[in-house]
Amino acid sequence: MNQLNNFTKGFLRENPILVLLLGTCPTLAVTSSAVNGLGMGLATTFVLFMSNVFISVVKDFVPDKVRIPAFVVVIASFVTIVDLLMQAYTPSLSNQLGIFIPLIVVNCIVLGRAEAFACKNNIFSSFIDGLGMGLGFTLALVTIGSIREMLGAGAIFGFKFINETADGILIFILAPGAFITLGFIIAILKKINKTS
Amino acid sequence: MAKRESSFKNMALALFVITAVAGLAMAVVFSVTEEPILASQKAKINNAIKMVIPEFDTMTVTTLLPETGTDSIRFYNLMKGAENSGYAVETYTDKGYSGRFTLMVGFTPDGSISNIEVLEHKETPGLGTKMAMPFFKDQFKGLKLADLPGEQLKVKKDGGTVDAITAATISSRGFCDAVNRAYSTYKTGKQ
Repeated sequence: MNQLNNFTKGFLRENPILVLLLGTCPTLAVTSSAVNGLGMGLATTFVLFMSNVFISVVKDFVPDKVRIPAFVVVIASFVTIVDLLMQAYTPSLSNQLGIFIPLIVVNCIVLGRAEAFACKNNIFSSFIDGLGMGLGFTLALVTIGSIREMLGAGAIFGFKFINETADGILIFILAPGAFITLGFIIAILKKINKTS
Repeated sequence: MAKRESSFKNMALALFVITAVAGLAMAVVFSVTEEPILASQKAKINNAIKMVIPEFDTMTVTTLLPETGTDSIRFYNLMKGAENSGYAVETYTDKGYSGRFTLMVGFTPDGSISNIEVLEHKETPGLGTKMAMPFFKDQFKGLKLADLPGEQLKVKKDGGTVDAITAATISSRGFCDAVNRAYSTYKTGKQ
């Protein structure tokens, strides 16, 4: 398989959020600002490629009937490791993302890639796949986070560009804003894909 | 290498090995990160204390059970030399918009509020989170709860004196609740 193709497919063609619509729960919940989206995206990317690599290493050792429990143990361990590392070395980010880091365990993208890709492909392809998918996920999260932060708080990456005490359009910071933003981005992408 | 057959022995072995390796890896990471995690939590508390009472050199900690509420509260008696420079109370409320949040409230020796720091919260971004901003929490500076009716802070909507955050009255009420709890703890702790 063409590795470059394998790497870039996660960005747009098979973007986990915008095209496959996997893992929308953390997407909607943490993207109230660009920084949160970036943190969550990078943490998920790390878990994704680590678990992808590990699973493709052990895929022949694990009998088919117990592959799902085995994959879940692998993924949960990596998530716990990321969670502990973030609490220790980036406490403020870990405070912000709070409950959503442990929730990477149940993010369908991670198990989805393990099932659909890593357990059928070699280590290198799985690594590339995990990295590409993770970065695609991060890209989508940062995009949604930036739009919501700009409209909702009048800031970008925490730098306010409107008056210090002024408010943005609050609904974009709240849950409905996440749905609206995601909906518009998907619609625009579909439109572009159709015309091209 | 061919795919292994799903026999009982193979399945048990595979799961055993994977869980054992995972357990070991987590144990290693846990032991490495345990200290930095504790240190960063401690640093956060100490920073908050310095924010509310800037000048002190010794501190004595007592744990007190507040009159209301379920959990005990840490009460810091801060001294500079032989002189008392104030008190800090690590208080909480369960009336936040998304459950519990915690504050560090500083009291000067004469019992007025010196400053308040927000420690941990899960309030709504853009609304309840504004409680950490000066325009809201600075109105508490210099307040003496002893002068207030019933020694209680209340938002204006409930007939009190506190300007609530627009669209975040529940968070503001929770904030008052936490400060009231801090004050009652302060009274017990001072004795």
